[in-house]
Amino acid sequence: MSKRIDVSGLTAYYGSHKAIEDISMTVEPRSVTAFIGPSGCGKSTFLRTLNRMHEVTTGGRVEGKVLLDDEDLYGHGIDPVSVRREIGMVFQRPNPFPTMSIFDNVAAGLRLAGSYKKSELNDVVEKSLKGANLWNEVKDRLNKPGSGLSGGQQQRLCIARAIAVEPKVLLMDEPCSALDPISTLAIEDLIGELKERFTIVIVTHNMQQAARVSDRTAFFNLAAVGQPGRLIEIDDTERIFSNPSVQATEDYISGRFG
Amino acid sequence: MSNAVAAEKPASTLQGATLPNWSPYAIAGGSIVMAVLIGLVGSLDSKIQWGLIAAILFVVGTYVIAARVEGSRQAKDRIATSLVWVAFLLAVVPLVSLLWTTISRGVKVLDVYFLSHSMGVVGDTEPGGGIYHAIIGSLEQVGLATLIGAPIGVLTAIYLVEYGSGALSKSVTFFVDVMTGIPSIVAGLFILSLMLMWDLGPSGFAGSCALAILMMPVVVRSTEEMLKLVPNELREASLALGIPKWRTILKVVLPTAIGGITTGIMLSVARIAGETAPVLLLVFGNPFINNDPFSGAQASLPLYIYQQFAQSAGSGAAYDRAWAASLTLIAFVMILNLVARGIARWKAPKTGR
Repeated sequence: MSKRIDVSGLTAYYGSHKAIEDISMTVEPRSVTAFIGPSGCGKSTFLRTLNRMHEVTTGGRVEGKVLLDDEDLYGHGIDPVSVRREIGMVFQRPNPFPTMSIFDNVAAGLRLAGSYKKSELNDVVEKSLKGANLWNEVKDRLNKPGSGLSGGQQQRLCIARAIAVEPKVLLMDEPCSALDPISTLAIEDLIGELKERFTIVIVTHNMQQAARVSDRTAFFNLAAVGQPGRLIEIDDTERIFSNPSVQATEDYISGRFG
Repeated sequence: MSNAVAAEKPASTLQGATLPNWSPYAIAGGSIVMAVLIGLVGSLDSKIQWGLIAAILFVVGTYVIAARVEGSRQAKDRIATSLVWVAFLLAVVPLVSLLWTTISRGVKVLDVYFLSHSMGVVGDTEPGGGIYHAIIGSLEQVGLATLIGAPIGVLTAIYLVEYGSGALSKSVTFFVDVMTGIPSIVAGLFILSLMLMWDLGPSGFAGSCALAILMMPVVVRSTEEMLKLVPNELREASLALGIPKWRTILKVVLPTAIGGITTGIMLSVARIAGETAPVLLLVFGNPFINNDPFSGAQASLPLYIYQQFAQSAGSGAAYDRAWAASLTLIAFVMILNLVARGIARWKAPKTGR
């Protein structure tokens, strides 16, 4: 059961330095939204504000509202740990837990974060690994260490780990940038399947990937060097890549800068 | 092109002369021979002086010969290599000599009887007796000290790395650094003053407290380093799953660092196993077996060695026992180190397929 996200007036700081300013957008349930933009414009920072990971960094601070199905994630009395159970995240570099086996990695979210029934654990792990398209490759070695897999397999393991806890939204921060083209293709196909069940937001440096994978695309940019990042335009992917409304978007898409 | 010039090939700018592979050994041999000659002629008695002269001749000889044949850059390279070798030998020779002396003198009285009997029925100057009471004492005191010091040290390090960012953590770091340098006798005096305040007699437990004070800063420092080595992305991955911070530390960060933490604890245990000063003040020593660390004086291996040496009035039997006890202590520390390495390897994040 995926949820929609409404962001209004979001500003994020690192200490006193303003990283992104006044971002407002809507992400529809069961869709894939891609964030594109040049390096350093705040895409990853904005992504991390969506699941309250920004405040984990020293000096991280957020103003504004993020509504998950009409509930403000930054509201009074909201527990960030519960927020992160509903909004999962996959990072740029695969990071399976090195001391755990493949089975334990996928089960880690359930065992440590939620309540679970021991009898259901096997089923949940199998379902998540199948959902991440990894089951056939690892079903005979579930007890082997998670770090013994290749890069693409490790990233799919991290995706399986993230979806095992059944989040409402899945955030992906450049999930393919550390992978070879074949693994990238596997993960992009996976995103196409996952969007039936989850709302997905993906940050990517690769514009062609955004065009392949997403339903809607948001373009971020800095107003000038040293200025905070802003949301320039958000629209259906086809429109952004064929006929964007803002000149800066057109310039970035056609490669005049970035 | 003139044919007359064709016979002369221009000198290669890439190739240079090199000394043969056996030259370092030849130079070493030559310098040793010259040092021996100088020693004999100059009637220098100490073999150490001969060794130092040989080392200096080796370094100087290498430089001069290499500079002549190969060039000054290669000569400097050889100098660096030879300095490293000389330093290595200077470090290893005393260690080997120590081990050799301890083993050769220690095995004289070391046998099963020695390890299983105490000094209860034997006077300090007579032969016979054993170190069983000292082994029990050492094991109990070091064990209790570890039970006290290791958890406090690890928890402090977790606070400093995972939670602390303000004035409290800065002052804790400062005081831990100060504690690293506390002389062991000062730690002993501190506990002694407490014992006198509360009218307590000597006990193994008091010694354990002083040893725990000595052990804590080492454990904090090494655990801190190990925790900092855990990559931050692991913590983020765990937090992003909705795992609360304390569980992240307990189930993800600590297991990843546990190998290094165990090594740090074992090394600090090895250090306190040989502390004599606080034990002297607080545990007093006891020729009889005392299995209870909470009441009454106990013996301990380093204290036993000191007492055998100091109170033996030059008796050969006492010296032999002291050497055997030293050998036991060294073996004890070595076994601890090997166990630490074994645990570190067993618990290291595995990379097998």
